[in-house]
This record gives sequence, C-alpha cells and structure tokens, in this order.
Amino acid sequence: MWVYEKKLQYPVKVSTCNPMLAKFLIEQYGGADGELAAALRYLNQRYTIPDKVVGLLTDIGTEEFAHLEMIATMIYKLTKDATSDQMKEAGLGAHYANHDRALFYQNAAGVPWTASYIAAKGDPIADLYEDIAAEEKARATYQWIIDLSDDPDLNDSLAFLREREIVHSQRFREAVEILKEERDKKKFY
Amino acid sequence: MYTNRKYYEPYISPFDPCKPIRMKSYSTPPNLYLGFQPPGLEQFSPREALKSGTLWKVFYDPYEKNKEG
Repeated sequence: MWVYEKKLQYPVKVSTCNPMLAKFLIEQYGGADGELAAALRYLNQRYTIPDKVVGLLTDIGTEEFAHLEMIATMIYKLTKDATSDQMKEAGLGAHYANHDRALFYQNAAGVPWTASYIAAKGDPIADLYEDIAAEEKARATYQWIIDLSDDPDLNDSLAFLREREIVHSQRFREAVEILKEERDKKKFY
Repeated sequence: MYTNRKYYEPYISPFDPCKPIRMKSYSTPPNLYLGFQPPGLEQFSPREALKSGTLWKVFYDPYEKNKEG
C-alpha cells in the first residue's frame, strides 16, 4: 500500500502563460518514455525480480508517480485558464475538441498511452537494462523539452526531474552489479 | 569464479496456494562481465565457431534447460 503526502516532491512554478508548453509536456505524461510508463513498468516488474532488488523497483516506481504529479501540475497550470482560441493557437485544438482542458494520457502527438510502451521480460538482466534505457530516454526527453521552453521557473523543475533520471539510471546499473555478484552461488541439481 | 547462472531464494509466504519453488535462477551471460573485448582472445576452430555461434570462446554460453520450470 501507499501513504500519500499532499505535496509535490519538488515545487512547480510556471511564470509565463504559454499553453504550447503543455503540448510538449504531455510527452512526459503519457508518452512511451514518460512518467506513467516508468511508474507502471517498475511496479509491475518488481514481482518477478530477485528479492535483493525488489525494494529498488518499488522505491523508484513510487517516485515516478511523484514526478507524474509534477508534470500534471505543470500541464494543468498552463491550460486551466486558456480559452478555446488560445488552445487552438497552442496546437491544442484537437485536444480541446476531444478533452476540453482535461488531462489525458497521450504523447505530444496525441497518441494515447498503451501498455506496449512497457516491457516485462521476466529475465532480470533484460528487465533492468530496459529500465536503464528508459531512464536515459526520459532524461533525453527532458532535455528536448527544456530546449523548447523559455520559462525559467518551469525549466528549474524540469532540470530537477532530469537529474532524478540520472540517479535512477545509476541505481538500476548498481542493481545489475548486485545481480552479477556470485555471493548467492548455489547448488546444481 | 564466474557462473552463467545465479540462484536466489525468493520469499515464500505461509499462504501460497501452490507448492513453492524455493530456488529461482536467472541467466548472466559472459558478455555482462567483459566490457570492451580485449585483443588476442582464444578462438574456436572455424567448425566449432559455426556451430556455437561465436568465434570467441569467452562469449560461448551454453543455455541449459531451466529445470525448476
């Protein structure tokens, strides 16, 4: 089970009214390398991974939900006061036609989130390498969104999230090292 | 010493519905440990190489059927 703290992991401040940034941020909300995919990937893989690294997947998977909340907050702040005309100008006309200002799990191009974004091979090495790759792809996505954004406060929060991807990648790499160790070497049948 | 399969004992609940598998294992093929391949490693003969899928003995990893299921 989870205990919920009613606050964000890191503050989210958006200082310029630029709803087009919401269109880009959606990539980290419901995209293939976004926070939803990350959270569900790790929290699902943890059942069939060796006990030594279950806790890591639980912790990181949980943190991804905290990141998802931050992204949602950014998107919401950028769109809640946008008129339908402003949504259209921001490239969110199609979004408005379907969802009004509601958030939706889709990528920046409007493709809905799908479970095929997340892998679960059952082989611990394959799954952890998948996770490392996912973190690097998420880090890259944050870089591209920061490149597209000229809001310094938003970029501050995005830089925090990018840094967390780096740390997660490092921890997954350490998990691989743990699984490579011979200390559990056991009998042969 | 390197082994290409690691074993661990998963948590077993007193309330598991099925007979527990007490020992689980996973594959750790040799390429995980080598890094950048150094020069001058031992090679298979051409005939053996064709059969085993690699010219290099260090990468050869015969996959044994996983008996625990």
